[in-house]
Amino acid sequence: MKNFSRKQFIQTAAGAALAMASRVFTTPLHAADNFFREPPWKRKKPYWGFAVDVTKCIGCGRCADACKTENEVPREAFYFRTWVERYIFRRSGEINVDSPNGGIDGYPPPSDPETITKSFFVPKMCNHCENSPCDQVCPVGATFKTEDGVVLVDRKYCIGCRYCIQACPYGCRYFHPVLHVADKCTLCYHRIKKGLKTACVEVCPTGARMFGDLSDPKSAITKFRESEAIQTLKAHMGTEPKLVYKGLDKEVR
Amino acid sequence: MDMALIESLREALHKVSGYIYPNDLELQWSILIVLYPYITGLVAGAFVLASLERVFDVKAIKPTYRLSLLVALAFLLVATLPLNLHLGHPERGIEILMTPHTSSAMAMFGFVYLWYLMVVLLMEVWLDYRREIVEWSRSEKFWPKRLFYKVLTLGVDNISPRSLEIDDKVGRFLTVVGLPSALLLHGYVGFIFGSIKANPWWSTPLMPVIFIFSAMASGIAGVMLIYMFLCWVRDVKIDMPCLDTVGKFLLTAIIVAFSLEMLETIQTAYEAEEHFDIITLLVEGKLLISMMLIQVFLGSLTPMFLLGLVQVVDLPEKVRKVFYMLSGALALIGIFAMRWNVVIGGQFFSKSLRGFTTYKMELVGREGLFSAIIVGLLPLVILAVLLYLLPPWAEKEGQAKASSPAA
Repeated sequence: MKNFSRKQFIQTAAGAALAMASRVFTTPLHAADNFFREPPWKRKKPYWGFAVDVTKCIGCGRCADACKTENEVPREAFYFRTWVERYIFRRSGEINVDSPNGGIDGYPPPSDPETITKSFFVPKMCNHCENSPCDQVCPVGATFKTEDGVVLVDRKYCIGCRYCIQACPYGCRYFHPVLHVADKCTLCYHRIKKGLKTACVEVCPTGARMFGDLSDPKSAITKFRESEAIQTLKAHMGTEPKLVYKGLDKEVR
Repeated sequence: MDMALIESLREALHKVSGYIYPNDLELQWSILIVLYPYITGLVAGAFVLASLERVFDVKAIKPTYRLSLLVALAFLLVATLPLNLHLGHPERGIEILMTPHTSSAMAMFGFVYLWYLMVVLLMEVWLDYRREIVEWSRSEKFWPKRLFYKVLTLGVDNISPRSLEIDDKVGRFLTVVGLPSALLLHGYVGFIFGSIKANPWWSTPLMPVIFIFSAMASGIAGVMLIYMFLCWVRDVKIDMPCLDTVGKFLLTAIIVAFSLEMLETIQTAYEAEEHFDIITLLVEGKLLISMMLIQVFLGSLTPMFLLGLVQVVDLPEKVRKVFYMLSGALALIGIFAMRWNVVIGGQFFSKSLRGFTTYKMELVGREGLFSAIIVGLLPLVILAVLLYLLPPWAEKEGQAKASSPAA
């Protein structure tokens, strides 16, 4: 083997170190580029999304009612696939939130109306997350994401462990008292597959709820997402909801 | 529809404070899911105590070695019961093993459990008792029992010194493998909770570590109490050096578990994130008694004080025994309270972080108090059967018998 002097060794090592260090100056630029991830709807057609315009919601609760009828959700006040929350902000800084029977029967008149600074309604439902925690934790894969982006539960396969209910950050799942499985919004999959709108969108009198194909550049929902300032709930969770909101207040969770 | 459930939820609706998401009214995981980490914790802790003797050569605790293995086995056999009782469709429970969803922490439970039960614990108990099993299969007078031992030999009746030496080596190897397996089993249970980002009371990487150390404390305390109880029943003198050593390990486990819990609490308070307000209300309100009084004061500080006192003051044997008994019992109660505070406490507040629901434990019914008591007592019944069939004190007496003719 060729003799390798100490000087040569140090020179080679220093050269290698320099070569590696030079990457430090080039890599960050590449790394920044790598943050971009192509949304799945660029590849799959159709790919369903949902949007809510908070500024248009009048809190009539027809969506929650229609959902219960269409999907045979138990009529009790603690089982919902969708519900509407009312937020009342007071001059004192106090915030009152309520959703009596999901908003189906209306809301009681607020006390001391003169102290109210602002008030609005926020419809809630399954966010059909791209990285859905409920899907992640299901031990048998009964919860799954369809090709067209909808998160569903296979009722014939769910073992009823309720782990998904714990894992959903949005409280969108409940344990069906008759079927003994987890239940949630299906985006009215049985309707949208036939080209119909979801029940809640169908009955919304103000167009506050919007549903459509994210893969279609001409769809109303794509235009809405492109033109409006939109937000998602609990974005820090990294769940990538496909339900987006316009006009969401920071106090809404 | 289960009308009793609906009625109790309608009632609960009036007890809600603040705003909760409507679906958050029903508490999904009941007392049975409190028992589940409690029972697996006892398994892991008992096994750790056994491995202290086997792997780390702590000779003083030899009298508890076999007992620890049997305790671990008795509790492990029941560990899946509360889970299965709790399922909406218990008949589909087997799907966790048949078609596991690889991204699910829960799906891995079956494999960790089976590995630990089949490969580690059963093998180890069998190897350790093999000589006696063969002997009993020859000498036992009661024939059904003799037949049982005969089957248990698995057709191997070679108990030559060379063969026993191999048993011992394999046994030691199994304990070395078993130690991380026991920690994995319980660390994994902690991960089931710690990995739920939706719940700020659960979501912390410290959760598996806290679970492991509190498991050690509960397992050691459990074995210690059972050992003392058995000595009393059999009218045998307690081996004090053994009890003192077990007491020392119990103190260590409680100190580490408690320190980690406090570290977690301080970190949460210091970071004071979005969920801090609701957590503060939770600890100061619904968990005040079960956490501050039972878990922290009675379950951690008191046993630490008592066991610490034994270390620094030269106390007479009688007082030490009372202190050990008290500390063991308090530690077990405290760790049960800790599991309760994690599992039930974490479901009291809504993910809206704006309100609380309530939990009214049913008495009868699949997930009621009686079920829980049965599930909690069942391991002790199994242990009694195991003690009858595989008396852990046989080794010592066997050795005494063997050595007496020579003497």
